[in-house]
Amino acid sequence: MTSEQATIPAAARRSRRMPPEVNILLVLIGIALVFEILGWILAGQSFLANTQRLRIIILQVSVIGIIAVGVTQVIITGGVDLSSGSVVGMTAMVAASFAQTSAWARPIYPGLTDLPFIIPILVGLGIGLLAGFINGWLIARTRIPPFIATLGMMVSARGVAKWYTKGSPISGLSDQFTFIGSSIWPVVIFLVVALIFHIALRYTRYGKFTYAIGANAQAARVSGIDIERHLIKVYAIAGLLAGLAGIVTAARAQTAQAGMGVTYELDAIAAAVIGGTSLAGGVGRITGTVIGAIILGVMISGFTFLRVDAYYQEIIKGAIIVAAVVVDVYRQKKRKV
Amino acid sequence: MAISPSTMAAVRASGAVPQAEYLLNAENIRKEFPGVLALDDVRFRLKRGTVHALMGENGAGKSTLMKILAGIYVPDQGEVYLKGLPIRLKSPLDALENGIAMIHQELNLMPFMTVAENIWIRREPTNSFGLVDHGRMYDMTAELFERLNIRLDPDAEVRDLSVANRQMVEIAKAVSYESDVLIMDEPTSALTEREVEHLFAIIRDLRAQGIGIVYITHKMNELFEIADEFSVFRDGRYIATHASSDVTRDDIIKMMVGREITQMFPKEEVPIGDVVLSVKDLSLRNVFRDVSFEVRAGEILGIAGLVGSGRSNVAETIFGVTPATTGTIAINGRTVAIASPNEAIGHGMAFLTEDRKDTGCLLILDVLENMQIAVLQERFVKFGFVAEKQLTAACQEMSDKLRVKTPGLEEKIENLSGGNQQKVLIGRWLLTNPKILILDEPTRGIDVGAKAEIHRLVTQLARQGVAVVMISSEMPEVLGMSDRIMVMHEGRVTGFLDRKDATQVKVMELASK
Repeated sequence: MTSEQATIPAAARRSRRMPPEVNILLVLIGIALVFEILGWILAGQSFLANTQRLRIIILQVSVIGIIAVGVTQVIITGGVDLSSGSVVGMTAMVAASFAQTSAWARPIYPGLTDLPFIIPILVGLGIGLLAGFINGWLIARTRIPPFIATLGMMVSARGVAKWYTKGSPISGLSDQFTFIGSSIWPVVIFLVVALIFHIALRYTRYGKFTYAIGANAQAARVSGIDIERHLIKVYAIAGLLAGLAGIVTAARAQTAQAGMGVTYELDAIAAAVIGGTSLAGGVGRITGTVIGAIILGVMISGFTFLRVDAYYQEIIKGAIIVAAVVVDVYRQKKRKV
Repeated sequence: MAISPSTMAAVRASGAVPQAEYLLNAENIRKEFPGVLALDDVRFRLKRGTVHALMGENGAGKSTLMKILAGIYVPDQGEVYLKGLPIRLKSPLDALENGIAMIHQELNLMPFMTVAENIWIRREPTNSFGLVDHGRMYDMTAELFERLNIRLDPDAEVRDLSVANRQMVEIAKAVSYESDVLIMDEPTSALTEREVEHLFAIIRDLRAQGIGIVYITHKMNELFEIADEFSVFRDGRYIATHASSDVTRDDIIKMMVGREITQMFPKEEVPIGDVVLSVKDLSLRNVFRDVSFEVRAGEILGIAGLVGSGRSNVAETIFGVTPATTGTIAINGRTVAIASPNEAIGHGMAFLTEDRKDTGCLLILDVLENMQIAVLQERFVKFGFVAEKQLTAACQEMSDKLRVKTPGLEEKIENLSGGNQQKVLIGRWLLTNPKILILDEPTRGIDVGAKAEIHRLVTQLARQGVAVVMISSEMPEVLGMSDRIMVMHEGRVTGFLDRKDATQVKVMELASK
């Protein structure tokens, strides 16, 4: 239909090349400004000029953000990962059990207290990686839908988290371990993770193949991409990052509970989708997801700041996620003329 | 002042429609899409009881015009007249209710519903409780099929039907609207010879009943066989309308491309080297059996056969998409095991698949991303990182060499015409410097100009010593390009023909043996 491509005006081409994150960033700024204005009107104070609040926002965002970086990659391949919240709970429990001090009265493993802090971290990452690997293996080898595979993991991993201590929390964590959850460190970890995978998606073969699979898995396969191996990699990375989020969560709370991370998977998916990742696959960027996560954080903080009832907060959050997908669908339609 | 579609529909129902010279005509149509002028001052006139073909290269504006006639697009300027009365169609439903039905190239049936349910959707006969009367629906369908001489079970589920039979269902559905105008978009592209005959019989029958048929095709011989008149479009402009009996093939090509294509198949005699690919007793259970052939460096082996003869399956098996159940593949004399496309690429193979949309293009990605994806297996990658600069330069060079018409490498491939998409996909494979190139329908659905370019390119690759395997349904292409032709029928090789002995008749004999 369009062999007249050469006639596309230069202006149209230029606007197309503007990174899509710009739009999302504008949305973020817009939302922040709305809260700022409402803050002055309703509460008589500034929303943004409050370093304490900004710190809490980015800290809250960090854990979801780490998960969302992995989930974004999964969604780009055309899949979905529902297990990340439960993997957070599972790894928080297991990692914490290897991070207890001998000063604590009844440690889980009395012979394994006061270990160097790297041990619980490696154990936690390992557990997350394993969970992700199982997800990927199931999806790639048995060809069951990602929704089902990760739904199973979601239920099972939560079960492991509860079974591990028969429901009781794990406390008495070493200072070295809880250090990674203290002060601004979760944010640093989040940003480093985001940077690494931003680079991986944009500049490595891993990234190119991830987009190709999401755009057209059949064509990617005929082009020589080992789809099964690649999908296992992507889900394993998502699991690894959920594991990291679990470690950070436990370290930050200085304790681990089986219920940690409930519904985090949905927040992570929401962050990715708000950030412009298409659930149809093939489209999405880490920068967008980072902004998407911050939007979620700003909204929660903003509602709390305006003393909006927590119930309303959830209702509004749900509406915003749906709105983001509506915008995505609309964008896709527009692209097709 | 245009008449609203609902008024028009009411007039039509009353039977008080005047006899106009043309069943359907469109005058001075202009349609612009963001950045693209798709139609400019175009006209089209369809007479009662005729088959009118729309011809033109991809991007000429045929599809846009057809979509305007079917109510999918609203023109920016110009008028559409239905039986002499001006009408403004705002939706496909408008068109349908006014007796204009379109049969889409990509079929729009619901696979999990029955044939009858598909045909009468939205118009299901109901019983006195207001529930769907399945018995009557079955009878209505059977009656319709009898009229059209279609032998299909109205209760069959559409997903169990072959593509050809689905096409028949689509046609029956269009006819069931008692349409005056039927628009068909390349209806034969997925049909076998015999099915095409059946389709043509139906079309002739409909024509005799006074129905006007708009017929879009890329196949020249169909034009002469079925069309009474044809209109040619080029670059969004109307060129001419003639009776198909008044012109020759060359005349039409000249009108379509605006220049003379001196040589459609620029086949060259090139020195033929050693055997590069040797396939022995290759079988894929229940699909094809005991396929053996050799291809030499510089040789073009054509594979002919009807759709469903197993041609494409052989190609897919050699390339590891569906690994063989038995048999051996040897490359340069060494037997190799190929279990995946990845391994095939490692052995210097490249495979341009039959279906550009399903297994070729990464539609939502840009030209660069589409072109680079195969070569990234082997080159332009260091420690996992892509050497963007060199890779982009290589893709740009390839794009220039193949003369891909695109505003730039960052253009989404879905915005390119079929011919240019195909060039990008060929570029994808040429970047890997293949020794063996398998082409499955390399010029299907692309325009004459791009076709000739691709043929020239294949010849050039053969000259460089690439062993080429080319599957094609187009007889002139197979005969024109191949050094040898292997013919298949129902999963078996029925014979080989040398270039000098090959004729259309001999190939057809082997293909239907």
